[in-house]
Amino acid sequence: MNRYTILVYTENFIGILNRITIIFTRRGININALTASESRLDGIHKITIEVTVTPEQIEHLVKQIEKVVDVIKAYYFTDNEVVYQEIALYKIPIESLDPSVEKVIRQFNAHIIAAEKEFVVLEFTGHKEDTQALLEILKPFNLLEFSRSGRVAIAKPKFSVQEYLNNQT
Amino acid sequence: MVRGADIVVKSLIAENAEYIFGYPGGAIMPVYDALYDYSAQIKHVLTRHEQGAIHAAQGYARVSGKVGVVLATSGPGATNLITGLADAQIDSTPLVCITGQVAAHLLGSDAFQETDVVGLSMPGTKWNIQVRSVEDIAPAIAKAFHIAMTGRPGPVLVDITKNAQVEFGEFNYIPCTGIRSYRPFQPINTQSIQAAAELINKAERPYLLFGQGVVLAHAEKELQEFVDKTGIPAACTLLGSGALPETHPNYVGKLGMHGNYAPNLLTNKCDVLIAVGMRFDDRVTGDLKRYAKQAKVIHLELDPSEIDKNVKCAVPVLGDCKKSLAMLTQAVDQKSHLSWLEKFRELEAQEKEAVVANDLHATHGGLHMGEVIRLINQFKEKDAILVTDVGQHQMIAWRYFDFKTTRTQVTSGGLGTMGFALPAALGAQLHDYKKQVICVVGDGGIQMTIQELGTIMQTKAPVKIVLLNNNYLGMVRQWQQLFFDKRYSFTELDNPDFIKIAEAYNFKARKVTEREDLEAAVAEMLVQDGPYFLEVVVEKEDNVFPMIATGCSVEEVRLS
Ligand SMILES: Cc1ncc(C[n+]2csc(CCOP(=O)(O)OP(=O)(O)O)c2C)c(N)n1
Ligand SMILES: [Mg+2]
Repeated sequence: MNRYTILVYTENFIGILNRITIIFTRRGININALTASESRLDGIHKITIEVTVTPEQIEHLVKQIEKVVDVIKAYYFTDNEVVYQEIALYKIPIESLDPSVEKVIRQFNAHIIAAEKEFVVLEFTGHKEDTQALLEILKPFNLLEFSRSGRVAIAKPKFSVQEYLNNQT
Repeated sequence: MVRGADIVVKSLIAENAEYIFGYPGGAIMPVYDALYDYSAQIKHVLTRHEQGAIHAAQGYARVSGKVGVVLATSGPGATNLITGLADAQIDSTPLVCITGQVAAHLLGSDAFQETDVVGLSMPGTKWNIQVRSVEDIAPAIAKAFHIAMTGRPGPVLVDITKNAQVEFGEFNYIPCTGIRSYRPFQPINTQSIQAAAELINKAERPYLLFGQGVVLAHAEKELQEFVDKTGIPAACTLLGSGALPETHPNYVGKLGMHGNYAPNLLTNKCDVLIAVGMRFDDRVTGDLKRYAKQAKVIHLELDPSEIDKNVKCAVPVLGDCKKSLAMLTQAVDQKSHLSWLEKFRELEAQEKEAVVANDLHATHGGLHMGEVIRLINQFKEKDAILVTDVGQHQMIAWRYFDFKTTRTQVTSGGLGTMGFALPAALGAQLHDYKKQVICVVGDGGIQMTIQELGTIMQTKAPVKIVLLNNNYLGMVRQWQQLFFDKRYSFTELDNPDFIKIAEAYNFKARKVTEREDLEAAVAEMLVQDGPYFLEVVVEKEDNVFPMIATGCSVEEVRLS
């Protein structure tokens, strides 16, 4: 099993996300994380899916995704073929902010992005392993809440959805 | 300006739809009201259940090669379509289903007969959409027809809210000719043709398997030309039957769990396996780990997601097989494979002796289903269409019916939907009243959609129904006998008097229990101008052989 990033470019069509996720559900495959947003191209959405499967499964999944009528193109990459990040937010009570915690914050290069009377919110962006490491460190300090996004990713290999669209057959 | 409901009907007419199979209800009533004005331009068939409507549309689509059109109301009307959608999806049958929906402002409020049909039908459709305003109706229907019919065909569903049906809008129909995210046809890669031709030219024991893809691509002629030039033995899947005439010297029979002996067994003896428009269904391959491992596989296929799905291939040839077969025929050497073909004939002789002889010419014991099919062959018209349900009778009819031309078989392949045959036969018959349509059905399956006898009565479709009554859910009983120690758990049926039922629906009907009456009865049925119902009481505990049991390899196909 490997960890893969699937990049799906789709029309902005109601239900498209559902059509894509049922491909995984039907095969009993768990999606690690999923993000969706507009892409660089007007009217085209980009869905980023992280999934841990076998090489055969990823081939199969991507073909099934491409088969969806409103999907323009889908690509998959291994972790070293993409640049990716996940953002994590940590809510820490004010009284936990002692020098040792502040040291950790500096070490990780995390940022305090909100400070309220009773708590601060810390932001840290990185790979899951890094945000998880910080989480483990902060847990004993009465960490109140934690939230982590799915990955956003840019592929290293060159491909162009625009070019693909221009090449109508 | 016209009402949305008129736009629905005018759009269907613009797409040259000949028939609508449907059932009315609250949320679709405006469309039904509109239909009242267009009866000269489009025919509506009122079935007795929405499942009947969609199976009838499937039968129509399969024999005509056109899109089948279905109309149903919201809620229960829409959910009754689900079985047919799943069936059409797995068997690549082009359908456009239009469902009514509650008014847009009520969506999500649990309004009367509101159901999320777009969500429910998503896995069972090639595409679906909900239309909530009048101006979106015609474009959605245009897209629906385009998607249903192009590439690998399939069912699509358009859910139209009631407000959109009663709003007024312009009607200006523009057929859909392309969608940028959807590329139904891949250009054929000439290198793959070259690579395939090289493998084929070098092969000593090449073997060709063809499926419904050949029929859907209208590539019957190209298939035959390829087989003629290469001399390669060719076998068909359940839905591929008829794509190559069974009388062709290279035709070697049928694949799969209850297919023929030689085509299954020799799959593991060929050196190059050429699969055309088929998807290596598990009913064809048996245990994949022991399937054609010795062979280099060439796969001619339109749908990229079928490549390497079940069987890894050495050379994929993506694209329309009408084109790729023609290109391949150009590229290969003229050859013959007589001694290899002879191997098939030897095993065929064994199957004849061990199975076929008795299936077709039993002389004692109860009537055999095979005898009925033999007599049908004797009296039927050449291009008669066989429609079957699911079970033992389906396999026996498929094995022994004389398929002389393409599009002469309609059956539920991938989903195996009991209850399919009766409505599908109606749809097939409506496409052409003059064609002979013979519906072979079991005593279990007929009772799943028996109400459609009423639709046959009302349309006067001259369907010939042959009920093969073994008083059992025969196929399940066969498995219970072979694999569950003869524990016949809930498979025996107390059946009604089918003749009385048929007569109540105005059918001419006859019941045969004795061998000496069978021939005359079949002959009498097949000269009728109108519908006919023939019940044949057959041996209760007959089994279908050959058989590849679940989990077994194709070489473990057994004759008894
Ligand atoms: C809707 C549905 N339910 C259950 C099955 C499982 N099944 C497959 S064959 C069969 C028995 C069919 O009996 P009958 O129609 O009498 O045909 P026979 O096998 O006796 O010829 C059953 C129950 C099915 N295929 N479809
Ligand atoms: Mg039966």
